[in-house]
Amino acid sequence: MPKFHWEDFKAGDVAVYGPRLVTREEIVAFAAEFDPQPMHLDEAAASATLLGGLAGSGWHSCALMMRMMADGFLLESSSMGAPGVEEVNWLTPLRPGSHVRLRVTTLESRSSKSRPEMGLTRIRYDLIDAADTVITTMTSTMMLGRRTPGGAA
Amino acid sequence: MTFLEDIVVGDSVVVGRHTFTADDIKAFAFRFDPQPFHTDEDAAAASHFGALCASGWQTAIVWMRLLVEYHRRLAEAARARGERVAQTGPALGLRELKWLKPVYVGDTIEYRTEVTGTRVSESRPGYGLMTILTTGTNQKGEPVISFISTSFVERRTAAP
Repeated sequence: MPKFHWEDFKAGDVAVYGPRLVTREEIVAFAAEFDPQPMHLDEAAASATLLGGLAGSGWHSCALMMRMMADGFLLESSSMGAPGVEEVNWLTPLRPGSHVRLRVTTLESRSSKSRPEMGLTRIRYDLIDAADTVITTMTSTMMLGRRTPGGAA
Repeated sequence: MTFLEDIVVGDSVVVGRHTFTADDIKAFAFRFDPQPFHTDEDAAAASHFGALCASGWQTAIVWMRLLVEYHRRLAEAARARGERVAQTGPALGLRELKWLKPVYVGDTIEYRTEVTGTRVSESRPGYGLMTILTTGTNQKGEPVISFISTSFVERRTAAP
């Protein structure tokens, strides 16, 4: 029985998960495997780019956010997945040695007329560092099973 | 090659193809998206997906690697001709990322990227911004993923 259902996410709710240390080794390993651009692999090459020094791939931020989401609540929820992501903004470079947290803000919640067993929850996810600087933001809508199908929200 | 001035809106290219194996789906999922339908065949069979399928993030991230390799081939060819090579990236972000169909074990996804817009950067004088639409299509011709992204591209003639 999942711990979290659609009913547990109300507009305005905020939860924070982490922190998690992002090491230089994992930034470089992720880049070598998935996004082998010099700005994610090598300090000297990175300092000559717009990032001004070694920084994680934006995709690495997304993957970390997915993992923190999964460990934070998703694996204990009635999630039925997400059809996509409205937007991702890479605002600040992800630097080696950052202690990142995931701030999860419920923006909107609505039931589904056609599928009374589920509801839709629109969420903004902010990956933030120790100084609360926002590194990456993501907005998406998740489908969640309802504790009480078709019942009152 | 491929400075902002060289980029033509409407141009589109197949950046590459990738075949997803069970090992590669599970390896990614255990690290970044450990939902049972991405990590375990039996759990996936019992889920609404019906069979093991790739994390949507993996389906997107595979494109990045293919694009980097595609750009590297172009850059090497340009250097061999004695041409200067433009700096590209980083990206500002993504929008309208859609996971249209699951990607199952054995599916081969072809990634096509089309330029939908270019503009000069106001904050970075030597750079412009390029917006692209990427679509991944499986071997049955069904689109499985699409997204729009915007990234920096060096200008041939930097403003003073």
